[in-house]
Amino acid sequence: MEWETVIGLEVHVQLSTASKLFSGTSTEFGAEPNTQANIYDLAMPGTLPVLNSEALKMAVKFGLAIDAEIGKTSVFDRKNYFYPDLPKGYQTSQLDFPTVGKGSLVINMEDGTQKTIGVTRAHMEEDAGKSLHEDFHGKSGIDLNRAGTPLLEIVSEPDLRSAKEAVAYLKKLHSIVCYLGISDGDMSQGSMRCDANVSIRPKGSTELGMRTEIKNINSFRFVEKAINIEVERQIDLIEDGGTVTQETRLYDSEKNETRSMRSKEVANDYRYFPEPDLLPVVIDDSFIEAVRKTLPELPDAKRQRFQEQYGLSEYDAMVLSADLDTANYFEEVAAACDDAKLSANWVMGDLQAYLNKEELPITQSMISAEALAGIISRIKDNTISSKIAKTVFESMLAGEGDADSIIESKGLKQVTDTGAIETMVDEVIANNPTQVQQYKDGKEQVIGFFVGQVMKASQGKANPGQVNQMLKEKLSQ
Amino acid sequence: MPMELANVENIAHLARLHLSDEEKKEAADSMSNILKLIDQMQSVNTDNIEPLAHAFDNVQRLRYDAVTETNTRDELQKIAPEAEEGLFLVPKVIE
Repeated sequence: MEWETVIGLEVHVQLSTASKLFSGTSTEFGAEPNTQANIYDLAMPGTLPVLNSEALKMAVKFGLAIDAEIGKTSVFDRKNYFYPDLPKGYQTSQLDFPTVGKGSLVINMEDGTQKTIGVTRAHMEEDAGKSLHEDFHGKSGIDLNRAGTPLLEIVSEPDLRSAKEAVAYLKKLHSIVCYLGISDGDMSQGSMRCDANVSIRPKGSTELGMRTEIKNINSFRFVEKAINIEVERQIDLIEDGGTVTQETRLYDSEKNETRSMRSKEVANDYRYFPEPDLLPVVIDDSFIEAVRKTLPELPDAKRQRFQEQYGLSEYDAMVLSADLDTANYFEEVAAACDDAKLSANWVMGDLQAYLNKEELPITQSMISAEALAGIISRIKDNTISSKIAKTVFESMLAGEGDADSIIESKGLKQVTDTGAIETMVDEVIANNPTQVQQYKDGKEQVIGFFVGQVMKASQGKANPGQVNQMLKEKLSQ
Repeated sequence: MPMELANVENIAHLARLHLSDEEKKEAADSMSNILKLIDQMQSVNTDNIEPLAHAFDNVQRLRYDAVTETNTRDELQKIAPEAEEGLFLVPKVIE
């Protein structure tokens, strides 16, 4: 039987406020345990929450970015459960009246297709602390620095049909929150976390199958792997005559498997009720409009502008606009050398390869946008060939200076002196009569051999275009 | 609708409360009375009345996003049952 996969994602995004959602405690990452956990965050009797205005603005900003309904009245609720990293015994969250209602975003697949994915809602809530399951004489150690950090939980509709679509959705969300500046989006530090609801159904069916929820997916790569392995498990289970049980499963990236979290609780019963310590949050049109004014150019708009303004292909524009820092870097290079296509090729090619190898973000690139533009400018004015430019790039990475000084000190200047090239061309033709005959017999691809020989003779410094043209002229004589 | 003992037991379990048989019975009676009161309230006509999210007819005030608290770990850990290496210690969590 052919199966269809149905996926919905719940993504928790840590909002990058300076202080916590309901207290003036710092949210800075990486502090010593419990040095950012005060009486409010520890739920000492008598303390009361006061909502952080910036967190609210960030939530609204996200809502506007995905064209969502904004809840003019949002209400906080208590979600009750017991876990030592949650000192209050409940998580302050939003149930019936979230700040962000229905919206949607467009995902871009690698093959160039697009798909609109519905967002059911996005609600504000507080993060929990961390249990460190280290053995402290048979006890667990608790760090509450993270307790109370503002989160936006973004819930998608079950519109995703494959692990690849789920990854594309997550990447788009990541791109949007980073563009908006509401989160650093760093999955490795837990600033963005993802749970996936996965089910399968016979292709063509409109009913939803029984779903499982996979937790603990903390990278783009794992999202794809975890969903694929879970889909495989469900198909095997059903095809062997079994049924899928609704449950929470944990993804183990080392073993690449999902396994049931054997919770003793019969069913999740969080006994939600309205948080009596917080009044309804009411925002008016002027609040919403003021936030709208702070919206930056978003990834889709930037992609479109890159295509129109720079004449880039849709694919190139998509790759370059996915990450804001990369987009900014590319625009700096393009402005400095005035050649968008070459800039795009270099940023997506050699520069990205270097960054991937060194595992560096583009903001920490050894080669600045200006320096890269320096190399490209020398290709443009025919001082060096594209091939020699790679040598200059490598030298630049080795810290040997800017493009001009490297070209100068290494004598990499392209030979454009027609006389000098002509001599080399003549020599190559004279030394290879067999290939000359082949060319004359109509085997035109032999031209590549000749170009290669001349380039070799010139130690890469001849202009390949010029060589090519001269060879064609001479060989057809 | 009277409160069944099984419901009381479930709620007590979720709230991590240990109740004796007598207390369970008492709780079931009290809760049944509350449900009765709610039934009575349900009979009031509330058409065209907007529901309140809070007993106070007022809206939430916001605060600026500023760090106003300092590190008070030492004081707070002094009153904790157990702390070590800056961590609060609790009975081992097994999931």
